[in-house]
Amino acid sequence: MTPNRLRKLKEWLIEKAILLSGVFSVIFVLLIFLFLLREGFSLFRGESVGDFLFGKSWYPISDPPRFGILPLIMGSLLVTLGAAAISVPIGIAAALYIAEIAPGRLKEGLKAGIELLAAIPSVVIGFIGMITLGPWIKNLFNIPTGLTALTGSVTLAFMAMPTIVSIAEDAITAVPRQYREAAIAMGATKWQTTWRIVARAARPGMVAAVMLGIGRVIGETMAVMMVTGNAAMIPSSILQPVRTLTATIAAEMGESVQGGAHYAALFAIGIVLFVITFLINGVADLYLHRSRR
Amino acid sequence: MSMSGIAIATQRLDLFYGDFQALTAIDLQVPEREVTALIGPSGCGKSTLLRVFNRMNDLIDGVRVSGRVLVGDEDIYAPGADLLRLREKVGMVFQRPNPFPLTVFDNIAFGLAVHKLAPRREYDMIVEQALRDVLLWDDLKDKLQRSALTLSLEQQQRLCIARVLPLKPQVLLMDEPCSALDPIATLHIEELMQKLKQEYTIVIVTHNMQQAARASDRTGFMYLGKLIEFGTTARIFTQPAQELTENYISGRFG
Repeated sequence: MTPNRLRKLKEWLIEKAILLSGVFSVIFVLLIFLFLLREGFSLFRGESVGDFLFGKSWYPISDPPRFGILPLIMGSLLVTLGAAAISVPIGIAAALYIAEIAPGRLKEGLKAGIELLAAIPSVVIGFIGMITLGPWIKNLFNIPTGLTALTGSVTLAFMAMPTIVSIAEDAITAVPRQYREAAIAMGATKWQTTWRIVARAARPGMVAAVMLGIGRVIGETMAVMMVTGNAAMIPSSILQPVRTLTATIAAEMGESVQGGAHYAALFAIGIVLFVITFLINGVADLYLHRSRR
Repeated sequence: MSMSGIAIATQRLDLFYGDFQALTAIDLQVPEREVTALIGPSGCGKSTLLRVFNRMNDLIDGVRVSGRVLVGDEDIYAPGADLLRLREKVGMVFQRPNPFPLTVFDNIAFGLAVHKLAPRREYDMIVEQALRDVLLWDDLKDKLQRSALTLSLEQQQRLCIARVLPLKPQVLLMDEPCSALDPIATLHIEELMQKLKQEYTIVIVTHNMQQAARASDRTGFMYLGKLIEFGTTARIFTQPAQELTENYISGRFG
């Protein structure tokens, strides 16, 4: 073989190897989804989709068992909305501060701190939430247990914050300097420039940051299982224990019979979670792409 | 407006970036309602001088200024000078068109909103007038809600001029406003300057000597931070008093 042909062969091999890795990562996602579908769908031989999604009782081991996940959906929703209500304003404000106001050294320090927060394992955050935040909320509101949806929201807000701050900060920093210059040259104050121009220009990126933060919160399992009390009932206030979709799967998978209805129901919950996160990531992606254009 | 017919006057203006002296002893009087061009080789300080007039140099760390600069009757470097008010009175157009990433309408409404110059119901009228003043109304009247970033470069630069007009500035500063535009668009902007000078004082920094010769009434030639010569454009380009000026305009250096 001539050196030239050898080189071509090498190029061809490398190209195909990279293509293969790309294809495989897509195939893995598809396989996971198919597996979820196959395991989960067997539930719907004995149960209607409506009863599953909107049933108010989750009694998987009573006789006959009842697989209504509305309480779990409400639990996830409540905890997630609460976490978003806390982490979005603080996260966006922090990102604006770091990107626009903080002087050099403080900025680097804050960025490093935020990254450190992202690196704390969720079980540690859950642990801290359980032993410090829980009792504090219990005493503050004078309620029987401190393990509530609110506790979960605050705990998860800490976990969403690093994602929101770092992605939003990137989006704000990427706003061209000339926009700021133009606004200041028109006599706008620093705040008017930041709020009316910079934040507007960075909005798609900030929406994506919020979406990814929320995606992280919905998918989070360990911390939320430790602090929300895990009562599978429809909450009437944020000061009651709730159970989320994720915590249900994690807590019950070990004790369900493989191939049984309970087992299938947990996989069906997995499908619901998959669809939710898929939608959220889709929206985030849409906005990220729009911001690059 | 001042009684004297002078829009901007500097007296022994020095400007330092840290230890580097960028402007030395500038004495300049910019007449009202004329186009004044500042020319000179790169790094001569012409853009720096332009950014003295709206104090945009303040954004750079380590800038020091001494001497006096009067815009109208106000000493703009006096302690306690109101920068926001100054920049309302002295508008600026930049080298690269930099419309905000907002709609055409919101680009022009920005100044109104920031300075609370008019009630919202008058915005439509003011936006239309500003666009008419820069001859964009016919092109854009159906595209007011489009993003300004979708416009052509020439339209963007016109829009950047239009958005400072609602502030009713006394002075328009233009920092090489045509350097990103093609020759046809350049001519259009120059024609626009002739129209605008009936109402506004214009100071333009340009690299392009033909542009200064075509579009300005007065020309100042700068070199190494000094204002070498200042006079009517006709005189500077036909009978320069300084040898340095003559060498520059005849293209012997640049």
